[in-house]
Amino acid sequence: MTLTVTEEEVEMKVSELVEKFGLKVFSGESGLENEISGGYVSDLLSDVMGNAQEGQVWITLQTHQNVMAIASLKELAAVILVKGFEPEEDTLERSNEEGIPVLGTDKATFEMAGNLFITLT
Amino acid sequence: MKLEFDIASGDFSKAGRASSRIKKMLKQLQVDPKVIKRIVVAIYEAEVNVVAHSVGGKMLAEIDGTGITVVVQDNGPGIEDIEKAMQEGYSTATKAVRNMGFGAGMGLPNINRNTDEFTIESEVGEGTVLTFRNNF
Repeated sequence: MTLTVTEEEVEMKVSELVEKFGLKVFSGESGLENEISGGYVSDLLSDVMGNAQEGQVWITLQTHQNVMAIASLKELAAVILVKGFEPEEDTLERSNEEGIPVLGTDKATFEMAGNLFITLT
Repeated sequence: MKLEFDIASGDFSKAGRASSRIKKMLKQLQVDPKVIKRIVVAIYEAEVNVVAHSVGGKMLAEIDGTGITVVVQDNGPGIEDIEKAMQEGYSTATKAVRNMGFGAGMGLPNINRNTDEFTIESEVGEGTVLTFRNNF
């Protein structure tokens, strides 16, 4: 007998994540249909640069526009700012240009990352 | 094909400009995405290093049929101990720069890890020259 196990992949779009967790959409609305491949959590930019993968959602408390430079270079799906942090003006502009949404939550990183992990696995 | 960029000291808003331009160009040339992903990490880190640590400098990227070579040259102050600078976690970045999430001592190791060839030369009082290359 052969048993074929097909791994069920959870496919999710940024817009579904927004809805599920009541995230605030600051900018980059044109990227709300981006597909999410996973998540990455770090406030060290070089760590994200070196280790994040395409299509991941990046959870951070950094709010300046270099966040968007990295999100764009790494082709991330979206950025979630935690603990009620808000993006700076040039971060918003860059997010709109790149079509990579900047989202917000009042939750702390631990809780947000936990939610995302459970949702995607 | 040659591209040249000036990199001003302290201007973090411009960090990522060279890497973004080069990424677009390599995409147009239909270079393997895996190659693009690696070289872009190296170029971004090199840009940030010039902004964060030097008095300013420039980047020269040359794309030929077999790969991309990038030379990043700054006008000082130079690195005292290159071996230390290459260590993961070692950084001389200021507190302000660290608060932005830079200065984790991962920049040069990231460049080393994401390039096929990498050399770094530095002289205190003169400046630093990074040369790296990735083959297509």
